[in-house]
Amino acid sequence: MLPEGLSIRVENLSKKYRIGIKDEIPDNFLASVGKLLKEPIKNLKRLKGLTRFSDREEKDVIWALKDISFEVKQGEVLGIIGPNGAGKSTLLKILSRITEPTSGSAIVRGRVGSLLEVGTGMHPELTGRENIYLSGTILGMKKAEIDRKFEEIVEFAELSKFIDTPIKRYSSGMRVRLGFAIAAHLEPEVLLVDEVLAVGDVAFQRKSIGRMGKIAREGRTVLFVSHNMAAIESLCNRVIYLREGKIVKEGKPDEVITAYLKEYADGLPYSSLERHPGRRRGMEPVLKGIRLLNKEGKPQSVFRVGESILFEIDLDPRGERYGKPRVSLSIRNSLGIQVSKLATWIEGIKWEKIDSRARAKCLWKDCRLVPGLYYVNVSFSSDIPIVDYVENAISFYIEEADIYGSGKLGTGIFLPDFHWEIKPYEEN
Amino acid sequence: MGRNRITIIRPSGKWSLINLKELREYKDLFYFLVLRDIKILYKQTILGFTWAIIRPVFSMIVFSVVFGKLARVSSDGVPYPIFNYTALVPWTYFSASLTGSIQSLISNVNILTKVYFPRVFVPLTPITAKLLDFAISFSVLLIMMAWYNIWPNANIIFLPALIFLMFITASGISLWLSALAVQYRDVRHATQFIVQLLLYAAPVVWPASLIPAKYRLLYGLYPMAGVIEGFRSSLLGTRPMPWDLLLSGTLSAFLIFFTGLSYFRKKERIFADVA
Repeated sequence: MLPEGLSIRVENLSKKYRIGIKDEIPDNFLASVGKLLKEPIKNLKRLKGLTRFSDREEKDVIWALKDISFEVKQGEVLGIIGPNGAGKSTLLKILSRITEPTSGSAIVRGRVGSLLEVGTGMHPELTGRENIYLSGTILGMKKAEIDRKFEEIVEFAELSKFIDTPIKRYSSGMRVRLGFAIAAHLEPEVLLVDEVLAVGDVAFQRKSIGRMGKIAREGRTVLFVSHNMAAIESLCNRVIYLREGKIVKEGKPDEVITAYLKEYADGLPYSSLERHPGRRRGMEPVLKGIRLLNKEGKPQSVFRVGESILFEIDLDPRGERYGKPRVSLSIRNSLGIQVSKLATWIEGIKWEKIDSRARAKCLWKDCRLVPGLYYVNVSFSSDIPIVDYVENAISFYIEEADIYGSGKLGTGIFLPDFHWEIKPYEEN
Repeated sequence: MGRNRITIIRPSGKWSLINLKELREYKDLFYFLVLRDIKILYKQTILGFTWAIIRPVFSMIVFSVVFGKLARVSSDGVPYPIFNYTALVPWTYFSASLTGSIQSLISNVNILTKVYFPRVFVPLTPITAKLLDFAISFSVLLIMMAWYNIWPNANIIFLPALIFLMFITASGISLWLSALAVQYRDVRHATQFIVQLLLYAAPVVWPASLIPAKYRLLYGLYPMAGVIEGFRSSLLGTRPMPWDLLLSGTLSAFLIFFTGLSYFRKKERIFADVA
């Protein structure tokens, strides 16, 4: 059935969903009356049809998953990436038994914990303490287990003062902290995580990623769905790339992520910053959007080592007047380490003011960062004080290129343009 | 524990009426769900648990005036208010738990689509939580009995069995209707009106002794008839224990319960898809 050392085996798993088709709209009175009379019968058919499928192809049926097969070893952290609607969440829902597959099978060893959202089952009228027990048992813990970890959970959530306050009086940040603290103390053999790390502010996201890393090091099997490529790359041993319900690529994180980013390069090089989750609290939304282009001005988000990158930042002062504006880009690698800073004031560029929409452009000539994923933080300031700051505003991927002509690349952070010579002393 | 448990996931996999092992594993969850229902019910109210008494007591006052005083409905020889209130205690429990549990799957949909646990807990939670209200309104009944100087007779030993039958009846109907309500929201709209009809079909405002003898077994198929008359028999001693009503009532209650459970278990796998 399931050999030793394997944690999950998925075989030919498929899931169909029915999507609504548009109704025809009656165009005269008689047709309306007829429709009114036929409606109940049609509704009955439609509601029954939600879960019944015939063998022939139907036009309002979509395959959320089609013939998926893969295996996960015990202790492995498997990342699942893909565009929206690729079937990532459906896969997790099937494995956590929330919904049933249409065909195929999956075998799972051990207790399964699913973390598809933060704060599942919490009730606003109940206190923090009551919610820890309620949400904890909903997620699959036993009372005795929660008793044992209670102090730890409260400490992790940093809420000891408010633990007997109804959570409807909590701020949204406090609720998220409580929810995550409960979830972080689950100890199943298999943990399914869906994009929960996307909630909360940046500091919280870092804390959650740290916790995920710890869970992974404890030897639990983790399936991790995310759009955060940096998190995927740093946490996962292996990545599956799903598209339209099928596995497109499977393998080492960097290879699969590059394949994914390349394919979606047309969609990704622009990021609207108007409602960006990475915006720091209390900022004025002056930064409107950021775009990545190559030297020729073509949008692109995967660059070869040594290629030039053009950043375009759209600014909208919204009727305000900002004196001495400054724009700064800070580039971080997937470990969160800042590798470069490109700022107007470093170059010595000075602008008088900005009082209408504008576009700032920055050309990074011959970007020689080592291959990998990079994140861009953008900031806008006026007379030094920071007006707007967006973390993880956009990301780009640097892929390998034979810049040295030797087929080899170095390690480290960047790949300098260097030249060696070796000669006997006499010739010096 | 559970470390090496193998779970096989496949379409309409092995089907069972009930997985006792799994229910035991999740028993703490059931406890906290019931606790949640009890705690939130009267949060931010002025009267709190008094509401558990107000409903049956006010119904009793209205019914006593309308049916006892004006329409002069027979009350089997005891004062109409206590005749009526003895029926209202199980009835209020029955109607309140039905309305609560039929809604339950729909109002918990955010949990159903995010995590797996035995789904039967959801409709059974309000039915269990309402037992507290039942106990409170029952204690008022005891006070009223003392007031009217009515003492229970030997039939009181059957009271726990009657309460159990009441619980099974409410559970069975709720399993059916809550599962139906997920896919067909009509059930929700019909609930209030069905409960209203069931009230007059039950011997709440009138005694079952009005039913002609030859129809009693048939009438007993409505399990609340036997429950309510049983309550009157064991507490007020107006009539002997209505064994005929209870016989057909028990049969139909268990039939509804087990068919409801099997229908629910068949449907639970699609809750997350249609809810």
